[in-house]
Amino acid sequence: MNPTLTDIIRDGLWHNNPGLVQLLGLCPLLAISGTMVNAIGLGIATTLTLLLSNVLVSLIRNHARPEIRIPVYVLIIASIVTAIELAMNAWFHGLYLILGIFIPLIVTNCAIIGRAEAFASRNSVPRAALDGLMMGLGFTGVLIALGALREVLGQGTLMANAHLLFGEWGHGMTLQLYPSEHGFLLALLPPGAFMAMGLLIAAKNWIDSQFEPEPTASRDESATESEAAPDNA
Amino acid sequence: MRFRTESSPHMIPAHSVGGVMQQVQMALVPGTLAMAWFFGWGVLVNVVLAVLFAVAFEAAIVAARKRPVMATLSDNSAIVTGWLFALAVPPLTPIWVTLIGIAFAIVVAKHLYGGLGYNPFNPAMVGYVVVLVSFPREMALWPAPDTLSDLSLGLGQTLQTVLTGSLPAALEWDTITRATPLDAMREGLGAGRTVSEVTASPLFGSFSETSWEWIGNFFLLGGLYLLFRRIIHWHIPLAVILGVAIPAGFFWMLDPDSFASPAFHVFSGAVIIGAFFIATDPVSASTTPLGRILYGAGIGVLIFIIRTWGGYPDAVAFAVLLMNMVAPTLDHLTRPRIFGRSRRGPPPGDGHA
Repeated sequence: MNPTLTDIIRDGLWHNNPGLVQLLGLCPLLAISGTMVNAIGLGIATTLTLLLSNVLVSLIRNHARPEIRIPVYVLIIASIVTAIELAMNAWFHGLYLILGIFIPLIVTNCAIIGRAEAFASRNSVPRAALDGLMMGLGFTGVLIALGALREVLGQGTLMANAHLLFGEWGHGMTLQLYPSEHGFLLALLPPGAFMAMGLLIAAKNWIDSQFEPEPTASRDESATESEAAPDNA
Repeated sequence: MRFRTESSPHMIPAHSVGGVMQQVQMALVPGTLAMAWFFGWGVLVNVVLAVLFAVAFEAAIVAARKRPVMATLSDNSAIVTGWLFALAVPPLTPIWVTLIGIAFAIVVAKHLYGGLGYNPFNPAMVGYVVVLVSFPREMALWPAPDTLSDLSLGLGQTLQTVLTGSLPAALEWDTITRATPLDAMREGLGAGRTVSEVTASPLFGSFSETSWEWIGNFFLLGGLYLLFRRIIHWHIPLAVILGVAIPAGFFWMLDPDSFASPAFHVFSGAVIIGAFFIATDPVSASTTPLGRILYGAGIGVLIFIIRTWGGYPDAVAFAVLLMNMVAPTLDHLTRPRIFGRSRRGPPPGDGHA
């Protein structure tokens, strides 16, 4: 049974969110979410990659033989990421330097090849495009939430270094919420990323539990979801 | 006439959880008073604040988990957690640092894992490590012991410092704080001086009037009381102390100019209180006899390694947390033989167990 368009949107943004439910792409998610600007930058790059790779994979889905489909997907994704990396180097050079290795590493983000294999290779181009866009936005949303949380706790600012993303007028976008010498350093360090991620997942599950009418139904659903989520590399 | 009969068990266990925790508190008193004697009112203010916060957080999170509040509070474990945390942080720590540390200790390290008995990590040490990593500036402000400084803060001034985070007028952090012996040793050796040059400073003394050894001695007194009452077993404390002393002694004999003596390592910083009060936490430590020895020795060796080559002057908290991770595996690997069975399983010649 094919999911409806609203299902695709809902899955990508919430019910099957790559960050909070599938737990895919944790490596860039945890490493890059130190500030909100970094998170937005990586989120946009990942969303673009997901959108383009889903469209291309969907286009060739009737021509690629199943035996070689994975290498073909990897080639497609790698070409797209290389193009995006060159584009960011040209137009967002400061941000490119900060994100560093994590832009080329988008290739290895399991969320992308996961969607190519699980969705784009079985659906028409417009539906695959919508799925890529929604999954990308869902991932970006988690990145931004994590980035905002860690930036506020860790250094007391929001949107620091916004000029790297938005040009000169971005200087004015930085919000200083409290003096930074009392920042909660742990939030910026790797353990803080894991803790904040755990809290976000807990918050999502808690919100879900508030809307679940029957406890038995939620147990069934979570069981199938965890089966569907492959291990993260 | 009817005789009242009672069902088993007829032997009441010697130690309830609340009773054990009370004994631990009693054993902490001499060391705490010694610390207060040398470092002033701040120690006592910290202990009172941390215990209050710990009990308040415990009550709040237990209520949020819809568990019986008074029954949980009566096990006294939150008091011990707050107390140990307060002894770990510097005496003039601002109140908000204590608040954050205790919140992590009680809410995150203890109750998110299921409460007392389920926490894989020592809650007090988790709280301490969180503030140590997050607020390095506040955690470095150890005041000079009274024996080395004419300036000592009264109760009012201490309260003002702790509550506002800034010293009373006319005092500056630079004049009242002093490097701890471990800090001085680390800095001195890092700057290329020899151990004897570093220990020539008045900060050091071998059981003379400087504070640090004496505090260790009083905690030792409390620890021996716990041993005597059989609240703790000898394995962990002895293994921790030997775990520090043996590698320290080895390197000291190789090169006494660039490695401090084992006596300095054992009686400086937190080794004694760590060995008797922190590493022996019945929840997060190993529980088999051999496992306890390995667990304690691991803590001791890690303390020596981190102190000597690591990034922090003292390392009891890190060492305890690292070994907490290993404790379940140690328990699994060192299970004692069950009576009547061979080491591998069922008794010989018996088909079914």
